[in-house]
Amino acid sequence: MQWETVIGLEVHVQLATRSKIFSGASTAFGAAPNSQACAVDLGMPGVLPVLNETAVAMAVQFGLGIHAEIPEVSVFDRKNYFYPDLPKGYQTSQMYHPIVGPGEVEITLEDGTIKRIRVHHAHLEEDAGKSLHEDFHGMTGVDLNRAGTPLLEIVSEPDMRSAKEAAAYLKAIHSIVTYLGISDGNMAEGSMRCDVNVSVRPVGQETYGTRAEIKNVNSFRFVERAIAFEVERQIELLEDGGKVVQETRLFDPERDETRSMRTKEEANDYRYFPCPDLLPVVLDQAYVDHLRDNLPELPADKRARFEADFGLSAYDAGVLSASREMAEYFERVKNACGDAKQAANWVQGELSGALNREGRRIQDSPVAAETLGELIRRVMDDTINGKAAKQVFQALWNGEGESADAVIEAKGLKQVTDTGAIEAMIDQVIADSPAQVAQYRDAEPDKRGKMIGYFVGQVMKASRGTANPQQVNKVLKDKLDALC
Amino acid sequence: MHDKTLTELAAGLQAGEFSSRELTQALLARIKRLDGELNSLITVTPEQALESADNADAARARGDAARLNGLPLAIKDLFCTEGVKTSAGSRMLDNFIAPFDATVVEKLKAAGTVSLGKTNLDEFAMGSSNENSFYGPVKNPWDTGAVPGGSSGGSAAAVAAGLVPAAMGTDTGGSIRQPAAFCGITGLKPTYGRVSRYGIIAYASSLDQAGPMARTAEDCAHLLGAIAGHDLRDSTSVARGVPDYTAELGAPLTGLKIGLPKEYFGDGLDPEVESAVREAVKVYESLGATVREVSLPHTHYAIPAYYVIAPAEASSNLSRYDGVRFGHRCDNPADLIDLYKRSRAEGFGEEVKRRILIGTHTLSEGFFDAYYKKAQQVRRLIRQDFLDAFEEVDVLMGPTSPTPAFDLGANKDPVSMYLQDIYTIAVNLAGIPGISVPAGFVGKRPAEGRPIGLQILGTHFAESRLLNVAHQFQQATDWHRRRPAIAEEAR
Repeated sequence: MQWETVIGLEVHVQLATRSKIFSGASTAFGAAPNSQACAVDLGMPGVLPVLNETAVAMAVQFGLGIHAEIPEVSVFDRKNYFYPDLPKGYQTSQMYHPIVGPGEVEITLEDGTIKRIRVHHAHLEEDAGKSLHEDFHGMTGVDLNRAGTPLLEIVSEPDMRSAKEAAAYLKAIHSIVTYLGISDGNMAEGSMRCDVNVSVRPVGQETYGTRAEIKNVNSFRFVERAIAFEVERQIELLEDGGKVVQETRLFDPERDETRSMRTKEEANDYRYFPCPDLLPVVLDQAYVDHLRDNLPELPADKRARFEADFGLSAYDAGVLSASREMAEYFERVKNACGDAKQAANWVQGELSGALNREGRRIQDSPVAAETLGELIRRVMDDTINGKAAKQVFQALWNGEGESADAVIEAKGLKQVTDTGAIEAMIDQVIADSPAQVAQYRDAEPDKRGKMIGYFVGQVMKASRGTANPQQVNKVLKDKLDALC
Repeated sequence: MHDKTLTELAAGLQAGEFSSRELTQALLARIKRLDGELNSLITVTPEQALESADNADAARARGDAARLNGLPLAIKDLFCTEGVKTSAGSRMLDNFIAPFDATVVEKLKAAGTVSLGKTNLDEFAMGSSNENSFYGPVKNPWDTGAVPGGSSGGSAAAVAAGLVPAAMGTDTGGSIRQPAAFCGITGLKPTYGRVSRYGIIAYASSLDQAGPMARTAEDCAHLLGAIAGHDLRDSTSVARGVPDYTAELGAPLTGLKIGLPKEYFGDGLDPEVESAVREAVKVYESLGATVREVSLPHTHYAIPAYYVIAPAEASSNLSRYDGVRFGHRCDNPADLIDLYKRSRAEGFGEEVKRRILIGTHTLSEGFFDAYYKKAQQVRRLIRQDFLDAFEEVDVLMGPTSPTPAFDLGANKDPVSMYLQDIYTIAVNLAGIPGISVPAGFVGKRPAEGRPIGLQILGTHFAESRLLNVAHQFQQATDWHRRRPAIAEEAR
């Protein structure tokens, strides 16, 4: 039987506010345990929450970024359950009236086509603290620094049909929130994590199969792996005549498998009800319009502009608009050198290669965008050849010069275009290579083209790479052919 | 000094007749002598009180006296007070020293008041008799065989017995007004949102409101002026200016339109209470007011609606008492569930457990719509009843409670206890202000009788009007000047 995979994602994005969603305590990562938990975060008797306005603005910006409806009124509800790292015994969330209504996110499939994934809604909530099970000798430690950190939970429709699509959707969300600057998107620090709902059904069947929810997956790679495993598990189960049970599962990256955490029967009744300590959030149109007017250009728009205005391929435009930093760097290079295609080639080629080798982010590149632009300009105006340009780039990467021109000057890489000088070098090479000249002369004329490479190499070597290769080629051919 | 009003004591301090230290010492001595029997205070803080009194005296000497400078009072043990045990009347918080001050406490300190201690209450403010306290019941100073009412029973008894001239209470369903009535003092529940709830241990967040309890409406006006106002730490507090609540106390009542809700004079109302209230209304007529009957048709739904909404909120508000971070923790828990179960089973009393269970049930899947949602709809109707009535009249009047204080241990059935609050609960559901003033006694000899309270209700933020109406009554009557024998004997 042919099976179809159906995937929906609940993505939790930690918003980049300085203070918590309902208190003034700092949200900075990595502080000593419980040093960033105030009376409100600790759920002390008598404390009350006060909504962080920046968190509201960020949620609305996200909504506008995915062209979602922004309801005039949203309401905070209490989700009640007991857990040691949940200080109040309830999580303040939005169950019935979320701040962001239905919207959609574009993803680019492998064949370059664009698919729209519908977002059901996004709501604001507070994060819980962390339970620490190690180092406590059979006891559990609780760190409440994270308690009260603002989260935006983005709930998709079950619109994805493969692990790759799910990963692409997660990357698109990542790119939107980092473009907007509403999250640092740092998955290693837990700034973005997701719950994955997976089911399978026979191709052609309209109703959805029973789904399993895989909790707390925290990397793009793990999302793909967790789904791949889960799909295989479900298909195997069904083909053996079994049934998928609705349950919550945990992905174990060490073993590359998902394991059951709890079934539907064991699920909590969260007893949601409107939080009486917080007023409904009422957004007036002027406020929403103001945020809309000040929205930065988002990845989908940027990609379209790169294609239309710069003539880049869909693939290049996609890569270069994937992150705000990448796009900004690329545009600065492009402005400095004046040629979008050259800028695109260098950013995706030499620069990305170097970044990947050293595991650096583009915003930490030792070669500034303007410097790279200047280097490209020197290739375009024939000051240096392509080979020398790579040498210059490496030198700049290693910090061996302030500017491309300075490196070119210091290393003497300026391209030699003086015909007399090139002829002299060629004559010397021909004189030093009697055997190769003899071979060339004896060869069939159609084989000579290949053999000329040796001579070009020698001349380039003699010029330490500075000779104009096209010029060398042409003069060499004339001179060798004259010998035949 | 102990039988003077706050206003009289302020004048005495101002005239230099006595110092705040002398006043504080005198009242601390009374507490020592009388409170062993009354049990109105859970914690007495003599050192802090004397230090505050000295500071107040020094400030006055500098010519820097705050508005309530040097005036002693007590605070219901539901308000967090920094460095002082804040128990909520519960074993659960018997070991809890609050690390911060409630906004009301902060404002009272800034106004120069001197807190003598924390008053007894029904556990987590759940009760109408003060019998639900981990620290034992409070006795009514008028008759130590009677309850003082609840939940602010300790505050009411302490004021009635002359241990303090004023105390802070909270009112979720009548918890200021009913004990004020039972103890023969004046108690004001302000409009919801008028006074910050920050630092007040929550019972039912959408109903809780703090207010003053004192001998007179004038005293309440001074106190309300000190504690009211918008608080950035309480999103439900209202951003609205605080008037001088004493400014209109003297306004004549000519033309005042009084409504008597017919539903407040029906079955279950003690005839002596009814006649006292009708006598009080006659006093108002003699002051130039007109009286008419009005109807609040949804009144009989108030108690059921309240006992859905309040326990629902309470069940969630009290989840934080889990034995993990503060409060009572059971010995040697076997595991996490055992820790939760035993800490809560040992820490909470019967009535608190009952309300947590009711609330947990009504919020559960499958019951939410039938209970919580329906109760909220009823709540809107009740609110509308009041708004409609206030289109026709300026204030509503009736008994605060259907009976005077009942005997300790007499009301064993929770539902009959809940019915005690039949005239007060709808007021909290509607969010309007209400005040209870002494209006007579049940029993032949006033000194041994049990006090009766007249409840006066106004529309949202009509506190100035309520205080004016109450004050004019107290200018024309002397019920508020009567003192129980215990207060007289100990003079």
